Amino acid sequence: MTTRTQPARASADRYDLVVVGAGIMGATAALRAAQGGMRVAVVERDGAGSGASGVNAGTLSLQIKRVALMPYALIGHEWWRRAGDAVGFKRTGGYTLAFNSREQALLEERMTLKRAAGAPIEFMSSAQVRTREPALSDRIVAASFCAEDGHADSTRTGAYLRGLLRDGNVELREHTPVRAIDHGDAGFRVTVPGGAIDARRILIASGAWTASVAAMLGVTLPIEVRVNTVSVTEPGPQHLHAGIGHATGLLTLKQKASGSFLIGGGWQGRGSPATGRGEVVAETLLQNLRLARFAVPAIAHARVMRSWTGFEAFVADHYPLAGALPGVADAYILTCVRGGYTIGPCIGPLVADLILGRETALPLFEPARVMDSGARGDSASLLASARG
Amino acid sequence: MNARPIIEPREGYDVVVLGAGPAGAAAAIEAASLGLRTAIADEQVVAGGQVYRVAPGIAPVRADQERTDGDRIRAELGAGNIDRCFAHRVWHVERANDRWHIHALGPEGPRTLHAAALIVATGAQERHLPFAGWERPGVMGLAAATVMLKAQRMLPGRNVVVAGAGPLLLVVAKAIVDGGGRVAAIVDAHPRSAWFASAADLLSRPDLAARGMGWYRALHSAGVPMHHGCLLRAVDGDAPALRASVFPVDREGRARADGKAVTIACDAVCCGYGLMPATDVTRLLGASHAFDLTLGGWHVVVDDDQRCNIPRLYAAGDGAGVVGAAAAPWQGRVAAMAAARDLDRIDTATHASRAAPARRERIRAARFGGVMTRIANVGDGAVASLASGVTMCQCERLTRATLDAAIADGCATVNDLKGATRCGMGPCGGRLCEDAAARLIALATGHTRTEIGQATGRPPLRPVDLDALAGDFDYDALPMPATAPL
Repeated sequence: MTTRTQPARASADRYDLVVVGAGIMGATAALRAAQGGMRVAVVERDGAGSGASGVNAGTLSLQIKRVALMPYALIGHEWWRRAGDAVGFKRTGGYTLAFNSREQALLEERMTLKRAAGAPIEFMSSAQVRTREPALSDRIVAASFCAEDGHADSTRTGAYLRGLLRDGNVELREHTPVRAIDHGDAGFRVTVPGGAIDARRILIASGAWTASVAAMLGVTLPIEVRVNTVSVTEPGPQHLHAGIGHATGLLTLKQKASGSFLIGGGWQGRGSPATGRGEVVAETLLQNLRLARFAVPAIAHARVMRSWTGFEAFVADHYPLAGALPGVADAYILTCVRGGYTIGPCIGPLVADLILGRETALPLFEPARVMDSGARGDSASLLASARG
Repeated sequence: MNARPIIEPREGYDVVVLGAGPAGAAAAIEAASLGLRTAIADEQVVAGGQVYRVAPGIAPVRADQERTDGDRIRAELGAGNIDRCFAHRVWHVERANDRWHIHALGPEGPRTLHAAALIVATGAQERHLPFAGWERPGVMGLAAATVMLKAQRMLPGRNVVVAGAGPLLLVVAKAIVDGGGRVAAIVDAHPRSAWFASAADLLSRPDLAARGMGWYRALHSAGVPMHHGCLLRAVDGDAPALRASVFPVDREGRARADGKAVTIACDAVCCGYGLMPATDVTRLLGASHAFDLTLGGWHVVVDDDQRCNIPRLYAAGDGAGVVGAAAAPWQGRVAAMAAARDLDRIDTATHASRAAPARRERIRAARFGGVMTRIANVGDGAVASLASGVTMCQCERLTRATLDAAIADGCATVNDLKGATRCGMGPCGGRLCEDAAARLIALATGHTRTEIGQATGRPPLRPVDLDALAGDFDYDALPMPATAPL
């Protein structure tokens, strides 16, 4: 049900909740709210899942999730497993590799904490790893393995969400950029090309664009943006079964069933959400490719087919903004979730529970913390609350 | 070949030209003559582009007009003070710190050229429309056939069906006959009257019009069967025993109810529907583009001086709208003059006096090429008539039924469809399928091509070997940014 900048349907458009952004966060929140009995509309400036939800490397790895977010990641991971073939989900297992003693120390410290947080991670010797994945580098000094790790096709996110929203009775308006938001006694009026949408409540789940949408309500959010690079090679012979990561988190590598390698790791391009353009920076792309080639020497023979970038929003403490928007009644925010591809389907419904006035099964991450003392949140107390 | 090693000036070039066809070569020659430090880069080993493509190292038995024109350009490029980077595959272009950074893989490995101004003259690419069996061996594009005929001196087959629309039909058919092959049939999507309807514009270049008429007569008197107002419906069999079936269509390209299909035995099929601007580089750079069928479809938008909407970026030749090889050199010169002016290397008065006549020539020359572009296109009806089992995206093996289902499910743009189905995500980068896929969306939704959009530009501009890009490196020297937060 694509709705391209349709003319307004007068004042009949009155919703309990309007969600700005049809990514994983916005869509899963909208679905839960609709299941809870609300009449929900989602407006999306581009296509569903066209931002970070659809252009990331598709990695569903517990080993690269933050310790405090592990409970959310475990639930999100389960959502993707259930989505299954429709999103190209594959549970492949994943290895994280260390190539020197510094990386080994990092790996052991981090994976021990993540295992304690609930991820089924085990340590492995170089020989064990290379027996199971012979294409890997012979320079491995230490490794960890998580059987639950896997991946999905992020390009299919949009089509999948579109179907869920349609079946869930959520009104989706794609290619409909929000021009203005007015807040009155009756709620919110969201102005879009050729009309307006009225709703009692608003959820801003606009990824890297969240700050500019919140600014329409007069709220300044100290959100910054990373410009992550991903590359894909032409299909080739099958060398690799599991997903591959690096102790520093600077590499994700997997070979799809088609034979293509997908290479990521958060190497930075340039650009800004304001212009909507992210650019691949040759220098960082080459470092990313070198790291991939070092980890899996066989990849040297593949041809790079395409590289692209995606915007990832974050705040200073790198924890989510998920909760009420301070100072504006009935307005909510959901963004800046590090590892949001995995965690989104968990945290979206949690925010919807908050909007529905229900108790949330896991704690949320109050946006107020980044607004009180400038851009700095108190991560120690936040960690405590997330674990509690 | 490069006459001397290329050593970039320490402060970089004033201008780098991408593409050494008629537009790019003229731009580089003009830029150098205005005193700009100039480099030109091209994938091919010699200049000339598709129009003046030659078999390197093979002297022609009898030099035709194209060979003479091409040799003149190559000589001028060699004589000018221009760094010629041939056999360079440009895979990425960045703008940073107010300069252009052009990343290429050359014979000596990766290199980056730096420039204050960038002129993109990467030409056009052939428009393809799917038909049943277009992925079979023995089926190729008209442009691919001209590469074989011009650069490899090979015939695409001994008994060839030449199909599609536009002037390349005659060019390819004539070259096959001249090379000793047989043309089993020419299948032209348009009725013969389409050519005469544009007679006035065609006569803006009586020499070219006469050459085309001469070819037509020669083919006719050689007994080549001509099917006007017909489209290829299917090719079946295994090369060299192919059968092409052809059916009559109306002006929109839809199958005529009263029409009867004809089957033609052949050993090869060459098919293409004119040219579309190659916009890979300008899309990658985020320049403004517009859709105009009379200019071949999506093209980068330029002003009267060939400037794009990004400072110090210029486009010349068919990339800015397909108007043909005659207008291309004038566009190239105008672009180089604008760059010289924008870099403050010539004053306003000098620029005005030089650019005005070149702009006039450009407009005059574009008239003829414009007809060729219009005459080479075909209506969306040609896509509407395709059966649901026909392969639309060869790289990802997607049928029309698969794309139709995704469109019915809400895919409203080329990028939506790409995400949902992977259409255009294979090695061809959408060059083979994107136009036809966009037509399917237009047919189903009634949206305009402007709304349907084009695919986002991404590097590498062509697939490149990972090993060649990565080069030699020491793991311990790799710069590692801060690790992810715990």
